[in-house]
Amino acid sequence: MDSVLSEDPVALKILIAGGFGVGKTTLVGSISEIKPLRTEEVLSDRGVGVDDLDGVEAKTTTTVAMDFGRITIREGLVVYLFGTPGQERFWFMWDELSYGALGAVVIADTRRLTDCFPSVDYFEQRGTPFVVAVNCFDGADQHSVDDVRIALDLDDDVPVMLCDVRRRTSAKEVMITLVEHSLRTLTAAG
Amino acid sequence: MSETPRWLDEDAGPVVRPYALIRGRTRSSGDNLDLIATVSAVGEPPADLGPEQALILRAARNPISVADVAVELDLPVGVVRVMLGDLRDHGLISVSAPAAAGSRPNEGILKEVINGLRAL
Repeated sequence: MDSVLSEDPVALKILIAGGFGVGKTTLVGSISEIKPLRTEEVLSDRGVGVDDLDGVEAKTTTTVAMDFGRITIREGLVVYLFGTPGQERFWFMWDELSYGALGAVVIADTRRLTDCFPSVDYFEQRGTPFVVAVNCFDGADQHSVDDVRIALDLDDDVPVMLCDVRRRTSAKEVMITLVEHSLRTLTAAG
Repeated sequence: MSETPRWLDEDAGPVVRPYALIRGRTRSSGDNLDLIATVSAVGEPPADLGPEQALILRAARNPISVADVAVELDLPVGVVRVMLGDLRDHGLISVSAPAAAGSRPNEGILKEVINGLRAL
Protein backbone atom coordinates (compact mmCIF):
# COMPACT_ATOMS: atom_id res chain seq x y z
CA MET A 1 0.00 0.00 0.00
CA ASP A 2 2.95 2.32 0.61
CA SER A 3 3.63 2.66 -3.08
CA VAL A 4 0.04 3.77 -3.65
CA LEU A 5 0.29 6.46 -1.02
CA SER A 6 3.57 7.79 -2.28
CA GLU A 7 1.95 9.38 -5.30
CA ASP A 8 -1.35 11.24 -5.31
CA PRO A 9 -3.89 9.69 -7.64
CA VAL A 10 -4.69 11.81 -10.68
CA ALA A 11 -8.31 12.05 -11.79
CA LEU A 12 -9.26 13.74 -15.03
CA LYS A 13 -12.68 14.76 -16.20
CA ILE A 14 -14.02 14.76 -19.74
CA LEU A 15 -17.50 16.00 -20.59
CA ILE A 16 -19.74 14.53 -23.26
CA ALA A 17 -22.22 17.11 -24.53
CA GLY A 18 -24.75 17.55 -27.31
CA GLY A 19 -28.46 17.63 -27.86
CA PHE A 20 -30.99 15.19 -26.51
CA GLY A 21 -30.79 11.75 -28.11
CA VAL A 22 -27.64 12.52 -30.06
CA GLY A 23 -25.68 9.56 -28.68
CA LYS A 24 -24.04 10.78 -25.47
CA THR A 25 -25.02 7.72 -23.48
CA THR A 26 -23.95 5.40 -26.28
CA LEU A 27 -20.54 7.06 -26.54
CA VAL A 28 -19.85 6.80 -22.82
CA GLY A 29 -21.01 3.17 -22.89
CA SER A 30 -18.86 2.30 -25.90
CA ILE A 31 -15.63 3.21 -24.18
CA SER A 32 -16.21 2.74 -20.49
CA GLU A 33 -18.25 0.93 -17.94
CA ILE A 34 -21.27 3.17 -17.71
CA LYS A 35 -23.25 3.83 -14.58
CA PRO A 36 -26.16 6.15 -13.94
CA LEU A 37 -25.24 8.87 -11.48
CA ARG A 38 -28.20 10.34 -9.66
CA THR A 39 -28.28 13.96 -8.83
CA GLU A 40 -31.13 15.63 -7.06
CA GLU A 41 -30.82 19.29 -7.68
CA VAL A 42 -32.62 22.47 -6.83
CA LEU A 43 -34.23 23.92 -9.93
CA SER A 44 -32.50 27.15 -10.78
CA ASP A 45 -34.12 30.42 -11.75
CA ARG A 46 -33.04 29.65 -15.25
CA GLY A 47 -35.64 26.91 -15.26
CA VAL A 48 -38.44 29.35 -14.64
CA GLY A 49 -40.36 29.99 -17.83
CA VAL A 50 -38.56 27.19 -19.55
CA ASP A 51 -40.04 24.34 -17.61
CA ASP A 52 -43.68 23.64 -17.83
CA LEU A 53 -44.23 23.56 -14.11
CA ASP A 54 -47.87 24.58 -14.15
CA GLY A 55 -49.62 22.93 -11.29
CA VAL A 56 -46.41 21.76 -9.70
CA GLU A 57 -45.21 25.08 -8.33
CA ALA A 58 -44.08 23.37 -5.16
CA LYS A 59 -41.57 21.27 -7.01
CA THR A 60 -38.20 22.85 -6.39
CA THR A 61 -35.95 19.85 -6.76
CA THR A 62 -35.68 17.44 -9.59
CA THR A 63 -33.87 14.19 -10.08
CA VAL A 64 -31.48 14.06 -12.98
CA ALA A 65 -29.59 10.97 -14.07
CA MET A 66 -26.23 11.69 -15.61
CA ASP A 67 -24.16 9.23 -17.58
CA PHE A 68 -20.99 8.49 -15.75
CA GLY A 69 -18.11 6.39 -17.00
CA ARG A 70 -14.63 5.59 -15.81
CA ILE A 71 -11.53 4.62 -17.77
CA THR A 72 -8.62 3.41 -15.68
CA ILE A 73 -5.41 4.24 -17.52
CA ARG A 74 -3.31 2.74 -14.76
CA GLU A 75 -3.46 2.56 -11.01
CA GLY A 76 -3.59 6.14 -9.83
CA LEU A 77 -4.60 7.63 -13.18
CA VAL A 78 -8.28 7.61 -14.01
CA VAL A 79 -10.35 9.43 -16.63
CA TYR A 80 -13.96 10.11 -15.70
CA LEU A 81 -16.57 10.76 -18.35
CA PHE A 82 -19.68 12.75 -17.57
CA GLY A 83 -22.58 13.04 -19.97
CA THR A 84 -23.90 16.55 -19.51
CA PRO A 85 -27.64 16.83 -19.03
CA GLY A 86 -29.23 17.65 -22.37
CA GLN A 87 -31.96 20.02 -21.37
CA GLU A 88 -31.12 23.65 -20.91
CA ARG A 89 -32.86 23.78 -17.56
CA PHE A 90 -30.04 21.68 -16.10
CA TRP A 91 -27.30 24.00 -17.20
CA PHE A 92 -26.59 25.14 -13.71
CA MET A 93 -24.92 21.75 -13.31
CA TRP A 94 -22.56 22.40 -16.17
CA ASP A 95 -20.52 24.97 -14.30
CA GLU A 96 -19.60 22.44 -11.68
CA LEU A 97 -18.99 19.73 -14.23
CA SER A 98 -16.79 21.84 -16.43
CA TYR A 99 -14.65 23.16 -13.59
CA GLY A 100 -11.23 21.64 -14.02
CA ALA A 101 -12.36 19.55 -16.97
CA LEU A 102 -9.68 18.38 -19.35
CA GLY A 103 -11.98 18.94 -22.28
CA ALA A 104 -15.31 18.16 -23.88
CA VAL A 105 -16.74 16.18 -26.76
CA VAL A 106 -19.68 17.85 -28.48
CA ILE A 107 -21.66 15.28 -30.44
CA ALA A 108 -23.47 16.67 -33.45
CA ASP A 109 -26.26 15.26 -35.56
CA THR A 110 -26.32 16.90 -38.99
CA ARG A 111 -30.10 16.56 -39.12
CA ARG A 112 -30.47 18.66 -35.98
CA LEU A 113 -27.33 20.72 -35.92
CA THR A 114 -28.84 23.58 -33.96
CA ASP A 115 -29.12 21.24 -30.97
CA CYS A 116 -25.40 21.48 -30.37
CA PHE A 117 -25.10 25.28 -30.70
CA PRO A 118 -25.56 25.87 -26.96
CA SER A 119 -22.82 23.36 -26.06
CA VAL A 120 -20.37 24.90 -28.52
CA ASP A 121 -21.12 28.39 -27.20
CA TYR A 122 -20.69 27.25 -23.65
CA PHE A 123 -17.29 25.64 -24.10
CA GLU A 124 -16.04 28.50 -26.28
CA GLN A 125 -16.95 30.98 -23.55
CA ARG A 126 -15.41 28.85 -20.81
CA GLY A 127 -12.25 28.29 -22.79
CA THR A 128 -12.66 24.53 -22.37
CA PRO A 129 -10.91 22.63 -25.18
CA PHE A 130 -13.47 20.67 -27.19
CA VAL A 131 -13.86 18.60 -30.32
CA VAL A 132 -16.99 18.20 -32.42
CA ALA A 133 -17.85 14.61 -33.27
CA VAL A 134 -20.41 14.23 -36.04
CA ASN A 135 -22.35 11.07 -35.32
CA CYS A 136 -23.04 9.17 -38.53
CA PHE A 137 -26.74 8.60 -38.17
CA ASP A 138 -27.54 8.99 -41.82
CA GLY A 139 -24.34 8.35 -43.69
CA ALA A 140 -22.74 11.69 -42.94
CA ASP A 141 -19.59 12.17 -45.02
CA GLN A 142 -16.59 14.49 -45.24
CA HIS A 143 -18.87 17.03 -46.85
CA SER A 144 -20.86 17.01 -43.64
CA VAL A 145 -17.74 17.72 -41.62
CA ASP A 146 -16.98 20.82 -43.67
CA ASP A 147 -20.59 21.97 -43.46
CA VAL A 148 -20.59 21.50 -39.71
CA ARG A 149 -17.41 23.54 -39.30
CA ILE A 150 -18.92 26.39 -41.29
CA ALA A 151 -22.34 26.16 -39.69
CA LEU A 152 -20.86 26.20 -36.19
CA ASP A 153 -18.39 28.94 -37.11
CA LEU A 154 -15.62 27.03 -35.36
CA ASP A 155 -12.09 28.25 -34.87
CA ASP A 156 -9.69 26.55 -37.25
CA ASP A 157 -7.94 24.66 -34.49
CA VAL A 158 -11.11 22.96 -33.20
CA PRO A 159 -11.11 19.37 -34.48
CA VAL A 160 -14.25 18.20 -36.27
CA MET A 161 -14.53 14.51 -37.04
CA LEU A 162 -16.93 11.84 -38.13
CA CYS A 163 -17.75 9.10 -35.68
CA ASP A 164 -20.00 6.20 -34.98
CA VAL A 165 -20.55 6.35 -31.25
CA ARG A 166 -21.70 2.73 -31.17
CA ARG A 167 -18.25 1.52 -32.16
CA ARG A 168 -15.55 1.32 -29.55
CA THR A 169 -12.73 2.06 -31.99
CA SER A 170 -14.55 5.16 -33.18
CA ALA A 171 -15.29 6.30 -29.63
CA LYS A 172 -11.62 5.76 -28.75
CA GLU A 173 -10.53 7.85 -31.71
CA VAL A 174 -12.77 10.70 -30.57
CA MET A 175 -11.34 10.61 -27.05
CA ILE A 176 -7.75 10.47 -28.30
CA THR A 177 -8.40 13.41 -30.63
CA LEU A 178 -9.76 15.39 -27.70
CA VAL A 179 -6.85 14.68 -25.37
CA GLU A 180 -4.38 15.50 -28.14
CA HIS A 181 -6.24 18.76 -28.73
CA SER A 182 -6.14 19.55 -25.00
CA LEU A 183 -2.44 18.82 -25.00
CA ARG A 184 -1.87 21.21 -27.92
CA THR A 185 -3.95 23.88 -26.18
CA LEU A 186 -1.94 23.38 -23.02
CA THR A 187 1.36 23.55 -24.82
CA ALA A 188 0.31 26.65 -26.77
CA ALA A 189 -0.69 28.37 -23.54
CA GLY A 190 2.78 27.71 -22.17
CA MET B 1 -57.52 -9.16 -6.72
CA SER B 2 -58.13 -5.51 -6.45
CA GLU B 3 -58.22 -3.58 -9.71
CA THR B 4 -56.80 -0.49 -8.13
CA PRO B 5 -53.43 0.21 -9.69
CA ARG B 6 -50.75 -0.48 -7.18
CA TRP B 7 -47.26 0.80 -6.93
CA LEU B 8 -44.93 -1.93 -5.96
CA ASP B 9 -41.27 -2.01 -5.06
CA GLU B 10 -39.26 0.63 -6.86
CA ASP B 11 -42.32 2.07 -8.61
CA ALA B 12 -43.55 3.29 -5.26
CA GLY B 13 -40.43 5.40 -4.84
CA PRO B 14 -38.06 5.23 -1.93
CA VAL B 15 -39.60 4.37 1.42
CA VAL B 16 -37.42 7.05 2.91
CA ARG B 17 -36.84 10.15 0.83
CA PRO B 18 -33.12 10.67 0.31
CA TYR B 19 -33.04 13.96 2.19
CA ALA B 20 -34.55 12.32 5.26
CA LEU B 21 -31.27 10.46 5.59
CA ILE B 22 -29.52 13.73 6.23
CA ARG B 23 -32.31 15.22 8.32
CA GLY B 24 -33.46 17.57 5.60
CA ARG B 25 -30.20 19.43 5.30
CA THR B 26 -28.97 20.38 1.90
CA ARG B 27 -25.86 22.18 3.04
CA SER B 28 -22.80 20.91 4.82
CA SER B 29 -19.06 21.21 4.75
CA GLY B 30 -19.21 18.71 1.91
CA ASP B 31 -20.80 21.22 -0.49
CA ASN B 32 -17.68 21.96 -2.37
CA LEU B 33 -16.54 18.38 -2.82
CA ASP B 34 -15.62 17.85 -6.42
CA LEU B 35 -17.32 14.91 -8.11
CA ILE B 36 -13.93 13.41 -8.83
CA ALA B 37 -12.32 14.23 -5.48
CA THR B 38 -11.01 11.07 -3.83
CA VAL B 39 -12.19 10.07 -0.37
CA SER B 40 -10.62 7.48 1.92
CA ALA B 41 -11.83 6.09 5.21
CA VAL B 42 -9.57 6.85 8.14
CA GLY B 43 -9.74 6.09 11.83
CA GLU B 44 -12.02 3.80 13.76
CA PRO B 45 -15.74 4.14 12.91
CA PRO B 46 -17.95 4.72 15.97
CA ALA B 47 -20.55 2.11 16.87
CA ASP B 48 -23.52 4.43 16.46
CA LEU B 49 -22.87 5.18 12.81
CA GLY B 50 -25.90 5.29 10.49
CA PRO B 51 -26.20 2.48 7.95
CA GLU B 52 -25.52 4.71 4.94
CA GLN B 53 -22.53 6.29 6.63
CA ALA B 54 -21.21 2.81 7.42
CA LEU B 55 -21.66 1.87 3.75
CA ILE B 56 -19.71 4.93 2.68
CA LEU B 57 -16.84 4.05 4.99
CA ARG B 58 -16.84 0.51 3.67
CA ALA B 59 -16.83 1.76 0.07
CA ALA B 60 -13.99 4.16 0.94
CA ARG B 61 -11.67 1.56 2.48
CA ASN B 62 -9.77 2.01 -0.73
CA PRO B 63 -9.66 5.53 -2.20
CA ILE B 64 -12.81 6.19 -4.23
CA SER B 65 -14.25 9.20 -6.04
CA VAL B 66 -17.27 11.11 -4.74
CA ALA B 67 -19.19 10.18 -7.89
CA ASP B 68 -18.39 6.49 -7.40
CA VAL B 69 -19.62 6.64 -3.81
CA ALA B 70 -22.95 8.03 -5.05
CA VAL B 71 -23.20 5.25 -7.63
CA GLU B 72 -22.32 2.54 -5.09
CA LEU B 73 -24.93 3.74 -2.62
CA ASP B 74 -27.42 4.59 -5.37
CA LEU B 75 -28.06 7.93 -3.74
CA PRO B 76 -28.16 11.41 -5.27
CA VAL B 77 -24.83 13.20 -5.27
CA GLY B 78 -26.22 16.05 -3.15
CA VAL B 79 -27.12 13.65 -0.36
CA VAL B 80 -23.78 11.87 -0.52
CA ARG B 81 -21.94 15.19 -0.32
CA VAL B 82 -23.71 16.10 2.91
CA MET B 83 -22.85 12.72 4.42
CA LEU B 84 -19.23 12.97 3.29
CA GLY B 85 -19.01 16.44 4.80
CA ASP B 86 -20.24 15.06 8.13
CA LEU B 87 -17.82 12.15 8.01
CA ARG B 88 -14.97 14.50 7.25
CA ASP B 89 -15.98 16.78 10.12
CA HIS B 90 -15.80 13.75 12.39
CA GLY B 91 -12.38 12.80 11.08
CA LEU B 92 -13.61 9.56 9.56
CA ILE B 93 -12.64 10.26 5.98
CA SER B 94 -9.86 12.15 4.32
CA VAL B 95 -10.45 13.97 1.05
CA SER B 96 -7.93 14.73 -1.62
CA ALA B 97 -8.95 17.18 -4.30
CA PRO B 98 -8.38 16.06 -7.87
CA ALA B 99 -4.88 17.04 -8.89
CA ALA B 100 -6.19 18.63 -12.04
CA ALA B 101 -9.00 20.75 -10.60
CA GLY B 102 -8.65 24.40 -11.43
CA SER B 103 -5.48 23.93 -13.41
CA ARG B 104 -4.69 21.83 -16.41
CA PRO B 105 -2.75 18.63 -15.86
CA ASN B 106 0.81 18.40 -17.04
CA GLU B 107 1.99 17.26 -20.43
CA GLY B 108 3.39 13.95 -19.24
CA ILE B 109 0.07 12.89 -17.76
CA LEU B 110 -1.82 13.75 -20.95
CA LYS B 111 0.63 11.78 -23.08
CA GLU B 112 0.16 8.88 -20.75
CA VAL B 113 -3.62 9.18 -21.16
CA ILE B 114 -3.33 9.24 -24.95
CA ASN B 115 -1.20 6.09 -24.92
CA GLY B 116 -3.53 4.47 -22.43
CA LEU B 117 -6.56 5.20 -24.64
CA ARG B 118 -4.78 3.79 -27.67
CA ALA B 119 -4.08 0.60 -25.76
CA LEU B 120 -7.72 0.11 -24.74
